[in-house]
Amino acid sequence: MKFAVIVFPGSNCDLDMYHAIQDELEEEVSYVWHDETSLEGFDAILLPGGFSYGDYLRSGAIAKFSPIMKAVKEAANVGKPILGVCNGFQVLLEAGLLPGAMRRNEKLTFICKQVGLKVKNQKTMFTNSYGEGETITIPVAHGDGNYYCDEQTLDRLKKNNQVVFTYSENINGSIEDIAGITNEQGNVLGMMPHPERAVDILLGSADGLKLFQSIVKHWRKQHAITT
Amino acid sequence: MTYEVKVYVTLKEGVLDPQGSAVKNSLHHLGFGGVEDVRIGKVMSLRMEATEDTIDNQVKEMCDKLLANPVIEDYSYETEEVVSS
Repeated sequence: MKFAVIVFPGSNCDLDMYHAIQDELEEEVSYVWHDETSLEGFDAILLPGGFSYGDYLRSGAIAKFSPIMKAVKEAANVGKPILGVCNGFQVLLEAGLLPGAMRRNEKLTFICKQVGLKVKNQKTMFTNSYGEGETITIPVAHGDGNYYCDEQTLDRLKKNNQVVFTYSENINGSIEDIAGITNEQGNVLGMMPHPERAVDILLGSADGLKLFQSIVKHWRKQHAITT
Repeated sequence: MTYEVKVYVTLKEGVLDPQGSAVKNSLHHLGFGGVEDVRIGKVMSLRMEATEDTIDNQVKEMCDKLLANPVIEDYSYETEEVVSS
């Protein structure tokens, strides 16, 4: 399986993402610079954390117009797994691939620590290796992680089981403790916590590895049927 | 024609503004107890070429696409023609 890690000017978790895939998941991975226009040949697309374009204007606001985003949207439309972590989540929100928006953290501080996450939906292509209702430990590192959407959107998210991760304790003011959501089709996941920083017990937790393993498991299953 | 455009972007009513709340508390500590609400926004100044017919549509499109996020923000703007001296 071949993963792409999109690199925007100001991305800073791209190396973590790359090494999580290469060294821990042991799958193929390449960096793709934001100026590129094609994602042909890739089976899954990863948008890493960081501060794309310095977070100028709003987090993710300028990155959504990067040339590569057209290819990301096309990949999303054909059902490929797209994972946006932290700033990657913010980019997916700004690009309209996921509903809602991020506000500044309620207490205005940058939060950088391990947090407990509840797996609310383990039937997605990103969470099929977790147990039902499992609580996992994954680090967060963000200043704008206070998720917001209007009531109708929230109802829709809940009805379609699009809320995939919630915080065990609400750290940033997000509505309904939301830490990660998918699109309606379930192939685009955005989450503020960093699974790529939790792929080996030496890093404090290996709970994030199962997320990447889920993507591979889903892909293998799909691939086995279609060939 | 050249225009000076001022774009004001604010959080929508009903969307919590953590920065505004912190500033309001600080103003209360300074003795300005009468302050009931503070909302923090952005002002952007643009200088651009356009015609009288197109200026509004251009500014609206810029706001909708980039300068504001319609999920959480409202915008307003003022345009003023620059008269060359």
